[in-house]
Amino acid sequence: MGCSCSSVADDGSKQVIRAATIIQNWYRGYRARLKARQRCALTIFRSIEYADEQGQMQLSNFFSFMFENYAKAREKDPNLVTQLFGSSFPDTYEEEDYTKMINVPDSYNGPRLQFPLTFNDIEILIEGFKEQKILHPHYVLAVLHEAKKVLMKMPNVSHIRTLPYNEITVCGDLHGKLEDLLLIFYKNGLPSDDIPYVFNGDFVDRGKNSIEILMILLVSLLVYPKDLRLNRGNHEDILMNMRYGFTKEIMQKYKLYGREILKVLEEVYTWLPIATIIDNEILIMHGGLSMSTDLNLLHRLERHKMKSVLMPPVQSDEDTTADVRSKIGGQKGKTTLSQHEWKQVIDILWSDPRSKRGCYPNKSRGGGCYFGPDVTAKILSKYQMKFLIRSHECKPDGYEICHDGKVITVFSASNYYEEGSNRGAYVKLGRYSAPRFFQYQVTNSTCPRPLHQRVSTIEGSAIRILKERMVSRKTDLVRTFELHDCSKSGKLSLSQWALSMESVLELNLPWRSLSVHLVNRDKDGKVEYMSSFQDVQIKKPVKEAHSSLIETLYRYRSDLQIIFNVIDTDHSGLISMEEFRDMWKLFKTHYGVHVDDIQVDELANQMDLNKDGSIDFNEFLKAFHVVHKFDTLHKSDTLAFQE
Amino acid sequence: MAPATSRETAVAEFHKKIKEAFEVFDHESNNTVDVREIGTIIRSLGCCPSEGELHDLIAEVEEEEPTGYIRLEKFLPVMTEVLLERRYRPIPEDVLLHAFEVLDSAKRGFLTKEELVKYMTEEGEPFSQEEMEEMLSAAIDPESNSIQYKDYITMMVIDEN
Repeated sequence: MGCSCSSVADDGSKQVIRAATIIQNWYRGYRARLKARQRCALTIFRSIEYADEQGQMQLSNFFSFMFENYAKAREKDPNLVTQLFGSSFPDTYEEEDYTKMINVPDSYNGPRLQFPLTFNDIEILIEGFKEQKILHPHYVLAVLHEAKKVLMKMPNVSHIRTLPYNEITVCGDLHGKLEDLLLIFYKNGLPSDDIPYVFNGDFVDRGKNSIEILMILLVSLLVYPKDLRLNRGNHEDILMNMRYGFTKEIMQKYKLYGREILKVLEEVYTWLPIATIIDNEILIMHGGLSMSTDLNLLHRLERHKMKSVLMPPVQSDEDTTADVRSKIGGQKGKTTLSQHEWKQVIDILWSDPRSKRGCYPNKSRGGGCYFGPDVTAKILSKYQMKFLIRSHECKPDGYEICHDGKVITVFSASNYYEEGSNRGAYVKLGRYSAPRFFQYQVTNSTCPRPLHQRVSTIEGSAIRILKERMVSRKTDLVRTFELHDCSKSGKLSLSQWALSMESVLELNLPWRSLSVHLVNRDKDGKVEYMSSFQDVQIKKPVKEAHSSLIETLYRYRSDLQIIFNVIDTDHSGLISMEEFRDMWKLFKTHYGVHVDDIQVDELANQMDLNKDGSIDFNEFLKAFHVVHKFDTLHKSDTLAFQE
Repeated sequence: MAPATSRETAVAEFHKKIKEAFEVFDHESNNTVDVREIGTIIRSLGCCPSEGELHDLIAEVEEEEPTGYIRLEKFLPVMTEVLLERRYRPIPEDVLLHAFEVLDSAKRGFLTKEELVKYMTEEGEPFSQEEMEEMLSAAIDPESNSIQYKDYITMMVIDEN
């Protein structure tokens, strides 16, 4: 009897195990499909991000090209040359006096700082920012000036030591995401002599609170110059900011003093140290290494001469340009780094580790290089370093370890691409312990949203930017589709469609799986290629313009905006018709864009709304954007400083 | 030229599908993926192997001396076979429902949160903490603190489509 009883129980428990296994098995399948979709969305974000960076880097070739042509043609316009290559910094003392003249009115209710700064000021600043207050431009400028003075005294590569029972916290990219910084401080404590920090670059751009982050970090540096280190990242670059949002943020928040802030900011950037070394054995820099990375050279080069990645030194044997530059610079000696020095800095700010051995150009970003485990091993052992901590790449878990544990990537901006896209992390280093990682994710809701909801959000916005990309290349895409559609049926096979997408957009994406979101397919599985464009179009600021011209302007709008901003030496936001035409001609030639001059002339005339012979290019380019048909409008809620 | 047999066409189609699924996880575009992600790739291709079966499958595609990475070259033929033979078919809705009913021995139409957690983390091929939390976030009705499994299954099927 007892025997049969136990066998019933056995059957029962076997059934339970089988049932549990079925449910687990099914759930794991469901979860995997969602994870794959999530990864796919991240791939879209990353590919487009890097393609865009490539575009940005190509601008540097354009600037060199422009310098040679445009400057010569315009009788070597000294203003332009100064802007591009010379030292554009006027006397600092005058600027500081200027700052003192800006009054903080009694009615101002934002944070008030007291110089010399103390720990109290860090707290006041953070409290103010939590209440969405905007720091008065008087304080912004004062902090920038003070920070510059402190930074100037620091070496290129700064050293910091762990104390026996004191860990050092290293944070990666923050990208204007204030909530992440505040979460780090909440979990880990505010910077102080007990809680030393290294912030590894890319404080600004993309997020909407770059100025707030920068102010908190610089004030903390001023209070604890011995316990806080700031490394320069590839976004601490005034021309990067023009594309990736920080310039816009400053101009929106500080309408009247924005230009002044940008000017001082440019100097602060150039004085940021480019690397930090902990205990003579942990190397921290923003990007990474290259085969030729030479720490001794990086120690001694004049880092403040590194203005922007887009302004490479012109070959010094090119007599004319060198002449002009030395004339404009008005200084003895060179005003820029040598080619070799410049490349050394670019490599440590822009490179990414890869598992493939060797060192080869970073094709997807267009700057820096990819370095393999052998490069890491060689450079680290050459300088007796144990490992490298770098940032620069968004990682799903906020950190990643590669190259046999010798390279740690730490990235501190959670939800970088979209809510739920990735976690953020920081790492703590102690003298006697292995690195400890801390992960987090900023969220607005109290309970976590189900995975499928998070994936749908990320996927939706990834598809959205992909469609914008498609519509900016509509003419070329349609031409390619039609070329393969011999029977003019309006349909292509899935493979043919995928090939066409890949070849025109130059993005390596899983087009076949993405097709569900991008095009309709008929009952035989053929792709109806025009269906992609049903719900998106570029808004034309000018009705009569040709669509290929509109697409070109849309596609290059960020590049054009930067170029115009660079020529616009007096920061009026206006350029003359003549300048516009000259620039457009150079741009067309350099980028191999085929657009009829007459069309451009027509467009320029239409852009000159008040017919005074000048064009407000920022307003003009802003007018180009893609309209998604089924969208509810986003309300922009940017705060501006009341001046 | 002989017309492609249906098998050849199917193989060609599967190859494209597998390569795409693989590429999403091939971060360095060098035809390798982290071994920890291979399960997700296999499952995202519509297969539902158990953890044990997955383990065997990984052993088959791994290098003789495991590197922590799986190469497409090795993965492609094995996975193509799996798809051709229609191994590890997805679990039909009625089988899934029945499995919940087995766990709900009192036939109440729901499981409490505690019951679900106990079964999923102690029986069968136990969930990790992350898997458990993720399942709970969508499965548990916060008011009753239980899972109405019939509604849950219907909702999950709709969500995915």
